[in-house]
Amino acid sequence: MKRFFKQVAAAGALAFIGSAVCAPAGAVNVTGAGSTFVYPILSKWSADYNARTGVQLNYQSIGSGGGIAQIKAGTVTFGASDKPLEPADLAAFGATQFPLVIGGVVPVVNLDGVQPGSLKFTGPLLADIYLGKVTKWNDPAIVRLNPGIRLPAMDISVVHRSDGSGTTFNWVDYLSKVSPEWKTKVGESTSVSWPSGVGGKGNEGVAAYVGQIKGSIGYVEYAYVKQNKMNFVQVQNSAGNFITPEAKSFQAAAATADWAHANDFNLVITNAPGADAYPISATVFVIMYKTPKVPGETKAALDFFKWALEDGQKQAEELDYVPLPPPLVKSIEASWKANIKTGT
Amino acid sequence: MVARVLPYQLRMRHEARVEVVFGLLTRSCAYLVLALLAGVLLTLIYGSWPALKTFKLAFLTREVWDPVAGQFGALAPLYGTVVTSLIAMLLAVPFAFGAAIFLTETCPMWLRTPIATCIELLAGVPSIVYGLWGLFLFAPVLQQTLQPWLIAHLGPIPGIGRLFRGPPFGIGLLTAGLVLAIMVLPFITAVMREVFRATPTSLKEAAYGLGATQWEVVWHVVVPNARAGIIGAIMLGLGRALGETMAVTFVAGNAQNISVSLLAPGTTISAAIANEFTEAVGPLYLSALIALGLILFLLTLSIIAAARLMLLRLNARGPRL
Repeated sequence: MKRFFKQVAAAGALAFIGSAVCAPAGAVNVTGAGSTFVYPILSKWSADYNARTGVQLNYQSIGSGGGIAQIKAGTVTFGASDKPLEPADLAAFGATQFPLVIGGVVPVVNLDGVQPGSLKFTGPLLADIYLGKVTKWNDPAIVRLNPGIRLPAMDISVVHRSDGSGTTFNWVDYLSKVSPEWKTKVGESTSVSWPSGVGGKGNEGVAAYVGQIKGSIGYVEYAYVKQNKMNFVQVQNSAGNFITPEAKSFQAAAATADWAHANDFNLVITNAPGADAYPISATVFVIMYKTPKVPGETKAALDFFKWALEDGQKQAEELDYVPLPPPLVKSIEASWKANIKTGT
Repeated sequence: MVARVLPYQLRMRHEARVEVVFGLLTRSCAYLVLALLAGVLLTLIYGSWPALKTFKLAFLTREVWDPVAGQFGALAPLYGTVVTSLIAMLLAVPFAFGAAIFLTETCPMWLRTPIATCIELLAGVPSIVYGLWGLFLFAPVLQQTLQPWLIAHLGPIPGIGRLFRGPPFGIGLLTAGLVLAIMVLPFITAVMREVFRATPTSLKEAAYGLGATQWEVVWHVVVPNARAGIIGAIMLGLGRALGETMAVTFVAGNAQNISVSLLAPGTTISAAIANEFTEAVGPLYLSALIALGLILFLLTLSIIAAARLMLLRLNARGPRL
């Protein structure tokens, strides 16, 4: 596999040199690997970008863990991870990172007679449900938040992801931020030791379980909620407002998150402070070398990301991803200039 | 053509050389398989070393699986693997036995080949298809029919009732065991059919000649004659059930803990690996998953080896297999 990537890299380098000598538009190959969450939008972007420029982007959605391993091994031009790396980790192998696109993690329920988007939850309540402390739908804690909605005396069936995933990471990161008990008992990672519930494989597995089990609650990516018209809920943010998960509120979270104080964009934007910010918003991070072995490929990759961040919003919205807010795009591009040596 | 030109001795020498090369070639092919098996085993041991060094033998007896704290134990997936496979065997073996007897003894001749072909086709269905079918069709049906019935009728019984309590999720160890039963049924049936067919016709005819009924012939002649083969067939099915991944991942519920109730979600070794491998960050986590793989490897290896031994014993006795 390593040799294969080296060959691809060599071919890319040759092509780049060729293109530099002969013509401006050559067949440069950019390879990336990692997060499955960005795969749909990356393939859409790369197809459009390829039609426009002839640059080919090969992305392997092998999971964030795999993506980090591949970029560390130097087999790919960029890695993509749902979880940001610590600045110290990045420095250890001479890399930098930046966010690429926003998504959201949305709690969904299966309750007869409850309209989508009507049920309200607070973060600590969600944590208590997932801890197995609140077990009935007519628990006073839920009833108090939802006057006017008839809640059955039914057991709550908790559904979570069984596979390690960025969706889980952002979900439990949020629960850790709002519930001290969750933080000490369970903690945060791409997969955790769940105190209760059943595990579905992938968003589709969780969606299927929630669809089948009456009285269940689960969490899935926003695009999945929208495309499958699932029964989503509102979540109270840190400003005290109940927020509906939608593009606008995710973007508000990314815009109000404290990027200015985050080295290497090392920030998980859950529980963002904005008044309209949806509290379980998430970004995907791209990891690249500061001094790449094949500068041409990195340059091609950065050109691609620049195009995607600035002109790729339409494609992102079509696939129910949320583009980064323009000021954040500006600071990302500034960080490229400061950190990444493409040698041209 | 060339051979005719050469003197007799040269031709002999040439043939001897070809013989040696041919022997070496086939021998290296066979040794390659052994080398691969040894390679897999060594890789698994090497990969699982950090986890085995950290947790020692307690890895086998701990129920905890906490990636955040870096604490891992194989007991829950091991339990799930054994329980789902046992359920599958309990259900599949009697059906396979009945079907195999029917196909070799009582079935009209013209119907034998079509049914046998269908069984082979069933064995060829990819496991992901069973998984999707189990998740989207079978589990909802179980949730609404079999599971409420079990909870209402068997749940209140002291002792055994504890196996059938809790909410009907539709998914869980029982569902996984049922799907596995359907998956291994064709394998066991096919092998059992072969071993029943290996019964010498002379023996059966002699029994019929003595006035034995069909039942008596099956029970007193065919089955005792095929005993080792039956056990071999069961073990082959068991080997497959233990290692089955995708179908189980879809319907087992994937909870890393041990519940007494069969209706509760659980996990198996292969499902845990498939679920967590891609996002296993950190050497210890990865190593713990590889250690799970090592356990499964040794488990299936020993079962298939036992099955082979049984079938070897049958080979020594029966002339047709």
